Amino acid sequence: MALVTLEHVSKSYPAAGRAAEAVVAVDDVSLEIEAGDVYGIIGYSGAGKSTLVRLVNALEPATSGSIRIDGQEITSLRERELRGIRLGIGMIFQQFELFEAKTVRANVAYPLKVAGWSKADIRARVDELLAFVGLSDKAGARPDQLSGGQKQRVGIARALATRPRILLADEATSALDPETTQEVLALLKRVNEEQGVTIIVITHEMDVIQSIATKVAVMDRGRVIEHGDVFDVFSAPRHPSSQRFVGTVVKGVPSPAELAVLRERHEGRIVTCSFRDGDASQARVFLDLAEAGLEFELVYGGINDIRGRAFGHLTLAVRGDDTAIDRALAAVAQHADVTEVR
Amino acid sequence: MDRLLELGPEFWAAAGETLYMVALTMLFGGAGGFLLGIGLYATRRGGLLPNSVVNNVLNVVINFFRPIPFIIFIAAVQPLTRAVIGVGIGTDAAIFALSLAAAFAIGRIVEQNLLTVRPGVIEAARSMGAGPLRILGTVVVPEALGPLILGYTFIVIAVIDMSAMAGLIGGGGLGYFAQLYGFRQFEPVVTWAAVLLIVVFVQVVQYVGNWLARRVLRR
Ligand SMILES: Nc1ncnc2c1ncn2[C@@H]1O[C@H](COP(=O)(O)OP(=O)(O)O)[C@@H](O)[C@H]1O
Ligand SMILES: [Mg+2]
Repeated sequence: MALVTLEHVSKSYPAAGRAAEAVVAVDDVSLEIEAGDVYGIIGYSGAGKSTLVRLVNALEPATSGSIRIDGQEITSLRERELRGIRLGIGMIFQQFELFEAKTVRANVAYPLKVAGWSKADIRARVDELLAFVGLSDKAGARPDQLSGGQKQRVGIARALATRPRILLADEATSALDPETTQEVLALLKRVNEEQGVTIIVITHEMDVIQSIATKVAVMDRGRVIEHGDVFDVFSAPRHPSSQRFVGTVVKGVPSPAELAVLRERHEGRIVTCSFRDGDASQARVFLDLAEAGLEFELVYGGINDIRGRAFGHLTLAVRGDDTAIDRALAAVAQHADVTEVR
Repeated sequence: MDRLLELGPEFWAAAGETLYMVALTMLFGGAGGFLLGIGLYATRRGGLLPNSVVNNVLNVVINFFRPIPFIIFIAAVQPLTRAVIGVGIGTDAAIFALSLAAAFAIGRIVEQNLLTVRPGVIEAARSMGAGPLRILGTVVVPEALGPLILGYTFIVIAVIDMSAMAGLIGGGGLGYFAQLYGFRQFEPVVTWAAVLLIVVFVQVVQYVGNWLARRVLRR
């Protein structure tokens, strides 16, 4: 059984004015998130990602559909009962949202107080958490004395305090520089691997997905337009919007501008071969073309590695007899996706 | 000058009355205004305990009373004062009227300062399972404490100002003293002595308020 199950979940906000229409922020979304997943949700700003995660810990009630956490239906629970559910779901934010008036220690202790832990237990747990995120020496500091990366580490410690099974991360690295982003992502990876916490990562940055997600859902205008293993979505995105996202991080796909240059610079027909998993198919591409007696050169390409599995795109300029080329490309198409670009 | 020295005992008694009125007004009006402000803040749309009926009632009441000049308010409220305090004149009656007026002003100031708390931290507290009352007490008020202190400082000074009108219903104080012995008896030195002491009060209050707010904000 999945840890988080969404079935036909929708959320609409009532119209702001008389002339305005209701905003459908989440539109008929069904997803299953398994325990142990790092589940990425990607989409442009306004796609409905934040709304979707805020439905998972019931900060907002869903308009329709079913949301089950560990088998328990939460859409029918009352506010008081939801507070118990929220204790089992941590959340971190783009702007960190630390309590500025409290010390780092008091920030991390806050959810434990809410959960009714004893003073001694809180103290021990906070020490343990601050050690885990590497901020033991900052226990007495105020948030405004910390850097962005340190603030987010406090946010993570605070979100994990009550040992939740699920952590929601809403653009948790979007306010950080690239280096700090990597640090925080590495920490989240440890949270997932060492503590077995299931993480839902929301982002508009594909490299965040690439770094830590195992599964990904692509959102566009409130809908999930594509979802699956990160490798599958990255290596063969089906929807144009996913293709645009994937294009920002995947190596080897020439942009339209680059294609124009390639067309100008190279004679013959230009084809892109996309292949996945291992080098055998890549070798076959070259072999097929060589066997057909064609002259070809590699003009653009790249190999990507996602969790030890490779996929790549090679763009070739092929010259020779047209029918021979057609025949050779048909052979190549047996073990790679072939797209002719001229 | 001689006249001022002669009036020494009355002068200090008036100063004591002013301090007494301001202190008690801040106690009652401060507490009442705080609750009003919390109520306004919590019940607004999208707030922690949204309730449009309560919110509208509070808003209408405050908007009705707040624009009334205190010198008129103190007279207009007299029947109510008599009902609550037992008498319509004297220092205690003045404190009642002052507290009421201050509470309405403080309610707005508290509401405005609480609104400066970023919605994100409230959302964070909600995501940890905290309920609305706990969030008000342990997140919203502490996060807004610096501006709240400055808001209250502002009000203390306004109350010192208003307390000068307490003489109208026999409340005494420095305002009445200046009016009675300075203005009516053509003794500018006496008037200015009262003014000077009020200025000193205001300065001290502002200084303490700033110092407290700085300590809370640690800047
Ligand atoms: N509280 C709200 N009231 C009205 N509309 C909202 C509210 N929250 C979000 N929306 C709308 O829902 C849509 C999705 O928003 P959001 O979930 O924040 O997107 P994302 O996180 O992907 O950028 C947007 O059109 C946004 O304007
Ligand atoms: Mg968002």
